Amino acid sequence: MKDVESQKDRSAAISIENLGKSFGDFQALRNVTLTVAQGERIVICGPSGSGKSTLIRTINRLEQHQTGRIVVEGTELTNDLKGIEKIRSEVGMVFQHFNLFPHLTILENCTLAPVWVRKLPREEAEETAMHFLRKVRIPEQAGKYPGQLSGGQQQRVAIARALCMRPRIMLFDEPTSALDPEMIKEVLDTMIELADEGMTMVCVTHEMGFAQAVADRVVFMDSGQIVEENQPAAFFSAPRNERTKLFLSQILGH
Amino acid sequence: MADTASNAIPRAAGTDMRSLLRRLAPFFGTPLNAALTIVLLWLMARFGWLLLDWAVLKAAIFPAEPETCAGTSGACWSFVIAKSGQILFGIYPPTERWRAGLVCVLIITTLVASARPSAWRPSLGLVWVGMMVVVLWLMGGGFGLATVPTSSWGGLPVTLILTVFAIGLGFPAAILLALGRRSALPVVRTLSVLFIETIRGLPLLSLLLVASILLPLFLPDSLLPDKFVRALIALTIFAAAYLAEVLRGGLQSIPGGQSEAAEALGLGYWKTQRLIILPQAIRIVIPALTNTIIVMIKNTSLVLVVGLFDLISSGKAALSDPAWPAPSTETFLFIGLIYFALAFSFARFADFLERSGAEKRG
Repeated sequence: MKDVESQKDRSAAISIENLGKSFGDFQALRNVTLTVAQGERIVICGPSGSGKSTLIRTINRLEQHQTGRIVVEGTELTNDLKGIEKIRSEVGMVFQHFNLFPHLTILENCTLAPVWVRKLPREEAEETAMHFLRKVRIPEQAGKYPGQLSGGQQQRVAIARALCMRPRIMLFDEPTSALDPEMIKEVLDTMIELADEGMTMVCVTHEMGFAQAVADRVVFMDSGQIVEENQPAAFFSAPRNERTKLFLSQILGH
Repeated sequence: MADTASNAIPRAAGTDMRSLLRRLAPFFGTPLNAALTIVLLWLMARFGWLLLDWAVLKAAIFPAEPETCAGTSGACWSFVIAKSGQILFGIYPPTERWRAGLVCVLIITTLVASARPSAWRPSLGLVWVGMMVVVLWLMGGGFGLATVPTSSWGGLPVTLILTVFAIGLGFPAAILLALGRRSALPVVRTLSVLFIETIRGLPLLSLLLVASILLPLFLPDSLLPDKFVRALIALTIFAAAYLAEVLRGGLQSIPGGQSEAAEALGLGYWKTQRLIILPQAIRIVIPALTNTIIVMIKNTSLVLVVGLFDLISSGKAALSDPAWPAPSTETFLFIGLIYFALAFSFARFADFLERSGAEKRG
């Protein structure tokens, strides 16, 4: 029995079981169970306060869960700092507000973690960084500071920064919510490219077009629970739960 | 190009006249303004003349002997010249003064060499530790140099050593205290708060008196550090407590997303603080840090109450020579000028740092 379980953990990129978390009286996550296979693309959506951001943040321990267990790439998340740092260096994260380091250039933003965490030689780290900056189509901004870039450019740098660690999993926490409408597409295009290359991705987003285009599964959360999960075609055309229907009518209605 | 230049000349003459009038308007525009301007100009000329007359025209300068000052109503600079060694180096043995002079040169050179941000590498820390060791050897002697006990140290080297050591040792301690006060660990947080609030609640004078008078009552002589070291410790913990609170202000202004992003990349707590949080936090609080550090430079003069001879006490000692009239104004002007030079250069340096940071980010 134990062997079977660890076998399952190894093949799954992320395995979340009966996860629970509360902030004081507020129950943010209740009994969440979700398995993400290698190379799978998951989109998580739901009304604000439904726990979707909390869930994605527990995967790299930015939030600590209280009950249940999370296994990421075969390592269980516990209080063991070594394990946490190992998981964090294998899981890239992109934030709503980019969170680039304003005192470092774009290139330095991208080389910092490879040099200090992966212990790569600076030259090698810079080569990798330029590779990924070309990939997100802003190599010419390498010498600038984040404050000199537009929001869309900053978010693409943030994606490149995460990729420089050569992560096996990418987490996106509402990556386009803080962007002006005309910049959303350039970020989504970058994400779609990444998905096409087979990266394991978990995205919290309200971009339903993106979900339809790339997601293998769409997960709908409400009140800290997974209410419904399905393949995108079925999810959008035939939602089963009343709350999903209401949410979809609100978000697709305008 | 040449055409526009030649055309510009006659026009420039007209605008010159007009712009001059425009610039004078605030001073002479109304009768009241004109009257104020004239009165103030008269006062400035009057006192400017008095100062010039006293400090330069009627001043007794050469030769640097007591007789030069007899009967003059101007400044007695010959005293400051004759006593400059004693004012600058206090009761340090006159034959060994070159060592004290070298210490001043060494400290100031290291400070200037460390000023450019491009010099800020880990190796600079080693340079500083090396400098501190050499300074202590030069001042105190041993290893081939005549021993000079700290009770004979005095003047500018004492002021510089106290300032540089108190801030150089206090700053790293302040960083730890500021981080400690924001720590998630209750024990670390409580200890930091206790330390900071206790030290901040006490006047520096009382800390110095505790270090010099009370401590010897409780500690056996064998465990008791030198008086100079005790005063230095008092200054250091005082600086640490104040700098910690300044730094905490900077730490609080950094958005939480910064440390989240750093941690998500796998940087641990210390690397996150060192590479991401502190560089930003320190830059934000440069004006407040400058303020605290300048206050600390001048606070070192308080060690005179525990019998150490800093610049001011050396000046007072020099004034007590019965062979001379006691021109205290001139002496304190001289000392004041040294303090001003130290504090002002530091303020300019901080200003340069702030501007260089602002330019970088456009």
